[in-house]
Amino acid sequence: MSRRIVGPFNRVEGDLEVELEIDHDRVKSARVSSSLYRGFEQMLQGKEPGDALVYTPRICGICSVSQSAASAQALASLQGVTPPPNGELAINLILANENLADHLTHFYLFFMPDFARETYRDEPWYPMIESRFKAQTGSAAREVLPARAQFMHLMGLLAGKWPHSLAIQPGGTTRAVEMQERARLQAIIFGFRRFLETTLFGDSLEHIAGLDSIAALENWIEAREPDSSDFRRFLAVADALDLHLLGRGNDRFMSYGVYGLQGEPRFRQGLWDGSEQPLDTALITEDVSHSWMVQQKHPRHPFDGITLPDADASQAYSWCKAPRLDGRVVEVGALARQQVDGQPLVRALVADNGGNVRNRVIARLLEIARVVMLMEAWARELKPGEAICEHKPYPKEARGYGLVEAARGSLGHWIKIKNGRILNYQIVAPTTWNFSPRDRDGQPGVLELALVNAPLRAGEKDPVSVQHIVRSFDPCMVCTVH
Amino acid sequence: MPEPDRQPLNLLWLQSGGCGGCTLSLLCAEGPDLFTLLEGAGIHILWHPSISEASGTEFIELLERIIEGDLQLDLLCLEGSVVRGPNGSGLFHRLAGTGEPMMKWVERLAAVAGHVVAVGSCAAYGGITAAGGNPSESCGLQYDETVDGGLLGGEFSDKQGLPVINIAGCPVHPNWVTETLLQLAAGELQREHLDEWGRPRSYADHLVHHGCTRNEFYEYKASAEKPSDLGCMMEHMGCLGTQAHADCNTRLWNGEGSCLRGGYACINCTAPGFEEPGHPFTETPKIAGIPVGLPTDMPKAWFVALASLSKAATPNRLKENAVADHIRVPPRRRPGGKS
Repeated sequence: MSRRIVGPFNRVEGDLEVELEIDHDRVKSARVSSSLYRGFEQMLQGKEPGDALVYTPRICGICSVSQSAASAQALASLQGVTPPPNGELAINLILANENLADHLTHFYLFFMPDFARETYRDEPWYPMIESRFKAQTGSAAREVLPARAQFMHLMGLLAGKWPHSLAIQPGGTTRAVEMQERARLQAIIFGFRRFLETTLFGDSLEHIAGLDSIAALENWIEAREPDSSDFRRFLAVADALDLHLLGRGNDRFMSYGVYGLQGEPRFRQGLWDGSEQPLDTALITEDVSHSWMVQQKHPRHPFDGITLPDADASQAYSWCKAPRLDGRVVEVGALARQQVDGQPLVRALVADNGGNVRNRVIARLLEIARVVMLMEAWARELKPGEAICEHKPYPKEARGYGLVEAARGSLGHWIKIKNGRILNYQIVAPTTWNFSPRDRDGQPGVLELALVNAPLRAGEKDPVSVQHIVRSFDPCMVCTVH
Repeated sequence: MPEPDRQPLNLLWLQSGGCGGCTLSLLCAEGPDLFTLLEGAGIHILWHPSISEASGTEFIELLERIIEGDLQLDLLCLEGSVVRGPNGSGLFHRLAGTGEPMMKWVERLAAVAGHVVAVGSCAAYGGITAAGGNPSESCGLQYDETVDGGLLGGEFSDKQGLPVINIAGCPVHPNWVTETLLQLAAGELQREHLDEWGRPRSYADHLVHHGCTRNEFYEYKASAEKPSDLGCMMEHMGCLGTQAHADCNTRLWNGEGSCLRGGYACINCTAPGFEEPGHPFTETPKIAGIPVGLPTDMPKAWFVALASLSKAATPNRLKENAVADHIRVPPRRRPGGKS
């Protein structure tokens, strides 16, 4: 048995350290440590409620709009305001733009380059992957960066800029859309569709989103050479390395639901725990027993949450708290979202071998196809000339919350105001769920579970399997602790 | 383009007390994409947290080789504030895998770097990370907000006599970074090209007001009253575009955008201390009905006189459009005129 500290992990949006206990050639247990604390929840105390729209997006440069949308929703619940249809459509488009750009960044820049490492040099698939995905020199990035940047012109139109926009407001957005701008949006989305169909999928979005069983996926894989699209390249590697056996969590999945129209989220809200169950967010608590935080008698719901750092807390090994749903660990992210929503292929994959490295990536890419088609519909439904934003004042005293799905999972903001000022503001981010430390009952977080049994290759200092598992969650460490 | 015989410049990019948003913005660079641009400039990325392969021990060994002088570091970029808390220990950000505070690593690397670049307002001054009582005790590389000092001290200069180059902004525009790096790589950037806060004058000599599409509303003081209104946002909505040093409305973001074109106020994010304006960000503080912050270089008496004059002359078209979210009244054709 030996101990090993692995870190820093790059390509995880922030700083991360993992302590591994290794038995021969396997990880026996893992402790996941988030190594940066900034204190946004402390900063927000005493501010005017509306200022949260300036501060919270700046928690994270990659989930900036998600933070903004969660904050706006929390503020809307204080005001009792609902965005008009145009406002909802514009928010959905802006949020989807960020989420999909993030999925793309994750796949091409963060996740795939690990398969182009030297350690795989002798694998038969290596030349195909190395030339395409090698960090900085692979051919894919030079195609992806322009496609991503052009897709994000949607932000320029609807949100002014990205990241850190103030366009999303409690009652809608600040930027109405004219008829010719709607046409322009449709052109931008079509440009992205064309990139996906040519480069990522090598097939129509409709076919990808319509994959509804493992047999359908296998037939699709068989139909063309692995080297004909990036999704196929990934699936070939996933098969060769048995990525479906790597990084299994506890198969309990949560989604807050997202992309609402008239109160109905387009991707459902819920909990998957062997079957579909309703989600009761009143059962969310945050445990600080292993966090560098001032210790508390019992885990608290975010409405009553306290975030006070204490670098000397005994037992602690992370700045991250441990959120739990009814005292239990849940996984969040694209796989959870599609599982809860009932996408048939994802349901079949999860039934077969649960949450794992391969399934997380497949769900993310399927989601890209699904969401682009939704974006096309939302852009068509925008009605130039009709209102984009409703306006209401803040009450002096109230509490409320906002729940959205960022690319990497469920994001919640809980706010209490008193005398017109923020009394308490607590944030539980996606990677807070996935990369939490242990709780008072000793339950490890999702990544800590997923790392158990990860295999080591001969002579490895930084096990590559650990790299794959960590990045399969598309972690965002700056959100995690905030 | 690099000189044919010039060695590539080695760039190292680190992140500390920030959100990573400046990197994400930088990845939006267009015409050409970031990788092509750096290649063309002869800039070699030794390591960048979002795009490099090396993790863990490979990366820590790289840092050690630089510090020991075995590997030349030409450009050190820091994104995010220097985190000094709690109680000056730096433990709020230990560089993973090393157990050591990131501020110690940055200090050692800055001592051997050819140039030191602060990317974003956090690295330059403390920025958003220093807001709300600054729980993480953050500062910038050479400033603690508006005060000289920061991690490296007010007197710091690099091997070629330059102070820290502060590409301030929250986030930075991708081209502010790429153009500054190109000029550094070409050896063109001199002290006189930086303004009083160490910002490249290439963008900081402009005001956000320049090129604002709401200029006509500004001229006639036809003001927006609520989010999504088309009018000028200076009088009521907290807009600091007439004072903020940046070229956001002439350069544009993500194709066709800017904060003001997106319908919300400029919050002067390139300035030290912007994160604590002393009033709600999107409300203009006023004394006797007059905004406290006047346009840069504008004498108050003139502003008041011109404002009252232009308010009296505001065309109905602007009055109506200023408080609407789309154009209600189009410009009229002059009787007998062609336009």
